[in-house]
Amino acid sequence: MTVPMTTTTTPANLLEVRDLGVRFATAQGTVQAVEDVSIAMRAGECLAIVGESGSGKSQLLLACLGLLAANGTARGSVRFGGVELLGADERTLNAVRGTGIALLPQDPLSSLTPHLRIETLLTEGLLDRGLATRAQARQRALRALGEVGIDDPEARLRQYSHELSGGMRQRVALATALMCEPRLLFADEPTTALDVSVQARVLELLAGVRDRGLGVLIITHDLGVVAGLADRVAVMYAGRIVETATTAELFRAPCHPYTAALLAAVPRLDDGAQSRLPGIAGDPPQPTMRFPGCAFAPRCEFALDECSAQRPELRTVGVSGSAAAGTVACYRPLHAAAAGEAAP
Amino acid sequence: MAEATAAAAHAQGLWTDAWQRLRRSRAAIVAATLLLLVIVLAIAGPWLSAYTVEQVDWSQATLATPPSLENGHWFGTDANGRDLFVRVWIGTRMSLLVALLSTLVSVAVGVAWGATAGYLGGRVDDWMMRFVDVLYALPYMFFVIILTVVFGRSLVLIFLAIGAVGWLTMARIVRGQALALRNREFVEAAIALGLPTSTIIARHIVPNVLGTVIVYATLTVPQVILFESFLSFLGLGVQEPLTSLGRLVAEGALEMESSPWLLLVPSAVLATILLCLNFLGDGLRDALDPRQRA
Repeated sequence: MTVPMTTTTTPANLLEVRDLGVRFATAQGTVQAVEDVSIAMRAGECLAIVGESGSGKSQLLLACLGLLAANGTARGSVRFGGVELLGADERTLNAVRGTGIALLPQDPLSSLTPHLRIETLLTEGLLDRGLATRAQARQRALRALGEVGIDDPEARLRQYSHELSGGMRQRVALATALMCEPRLLFADEPTTALDVSVQARVLELLAGVRDRGLGVLIITHDLGVVAGLADRVAVMYAGRIVETATTAELFRAPCHPYTAALLAAVPRLDDGAQSRLPGIAGDPPQPTMRFPGCAFAPRCEFALDECSAQRPELRTVGVSGSAAAGTVACYRPLHAAAAGEAAP
Repeated sequence: MAEATAAAAHAQGLWTDAWQRLRRSRAAIVAATLLLLVIVLAIAGPWLSAYTVEQVDWSQATLATPPSLENGHWFGTDANGRDLFVRVWIGTRMSLLVALLSTLVSVAVGVAWGATAGYLGGRVDDWMMRFVDVLYALPYMFFVIILTVVFGRSLVLIFLAIGAVGWLTMARIVRGQALALRNREFVEAAIALGLPTSTIIARHIVPNVLGTVIVYATLTVPQVILFESFLSFLGLGVQEPLTSLGRLVAEGALEMESSPWLLLVPSAVLATILLCLNFLGDGLRDALDPRQRA
């Protein structure tokens, strides 16, 4: 079932998720939010996970950090720098959280503690670990605020989150995440709660973070975000990865019909003649629904009989081992021939 | 070096800020001033008078003399001929002390217990709150009587006994708030930052519930003062010749028709204290919320 995204499992992989499954026990029964997800990230790489609401992408992040809700359980394996995080005790997790993997939350207002000053929020990670004196931490906080482009950082340190604008909050949240100099940044829909002009600025900052050699795992439903930022993309549908590819390949030749439909639904400025965007027919499946075959089959215009009967496994497309190689879980991949895949 | 001190000043942020905002609320300032005056009188009052708490003034025509400036009994004397001015301030001293210490005990224990139970949730929460339920179910008078019998009668015991009962409700209130807070995103962000549980409870949860805690604490104070007078009435609390406001009011009520000042004076002091505490609590609650724009 496991198809590692990189060719082999090497210690060079900073983050390695194998066969991750996340399920929640709810009153309506068990919800399988994430199933058989394997991803691997090298240091300094930027991976985007794309999917619509409910595809399980956020739960994937939370599971990696041991932040699942009380009714959720994860199985499989999540290794960061060789350390197993699933089922690890608080001490191990806290050694990785913040300093190894930092989380940039989705909604910056509700994720900045309202009664604490920006200074406290920025410095507590360092101070609590005894990594810096108060004065050093303060200097670092000033520098971090400068790096994310906040004017007059001295004054900002004394303010509270509710006194800042939306974009400023997201930048403060980013500065907070970067304070302990993590090796990997988890960005959970970092632009969703922001307006378009601020989104662009935040994406620029994230690109800057990536260029500094920090690994970035970004979760989004916005393919526009992916285009400018990610090296590779993993598309999730109903808790499973259905396609992975380099960003360029994904945009050039999407293999999975779902990916293709997503791309077709992105508005384009140079496409003046077409006034209506093609949507994807039908609704995303309910999280309690189970499929013996491909979860996308009921909405797929290319669905074959076998699609609903047996689940297609992730197979390599493109030149195996090459940088452009990807994987797709589909019996009838769209651009497989073009990508040079010899159909089995 | 200057930088270090500036940073240290910022660490006090919550409280310095609260103080700034509190100063802008006129009701709270008036209340605080009045309360301070009462406290000063409670400390210094007894020394201003020529009489002591237990001294009976036989020189007057009747034992219960009305308030007068000439004979030095500014608030009059009680049915036993003792100076009410001295007794009121001694009583205030005792009531404030009991109220302060008992409230401190109940706030400290209640907040720590409730915040821990609410934040940790699950089985720990179940056990901690069942323990509270069990204590609730104990008849507390019985509990206090046993304590007094075992350890003898002392003031410390009164504080402990009242505090031991008071924290239960506080723990329930705080626990409810903490339960709601622990699923907020900023708590998740704090966990994702790798902060230990104790820090998260102390820094991200507790300050959030302080507003509620302070309002409830100001409501506890009158309860404590009344509870103390009840204990004293049963012979378990403050004993003669010492007194407390609750006792003075209770005694004054008996003499209400013949010597109304015995009821009016201690009641007025008690009412002043309670009103001031309410206003001050209200002001503090607003001051502790940084989103309030005063």
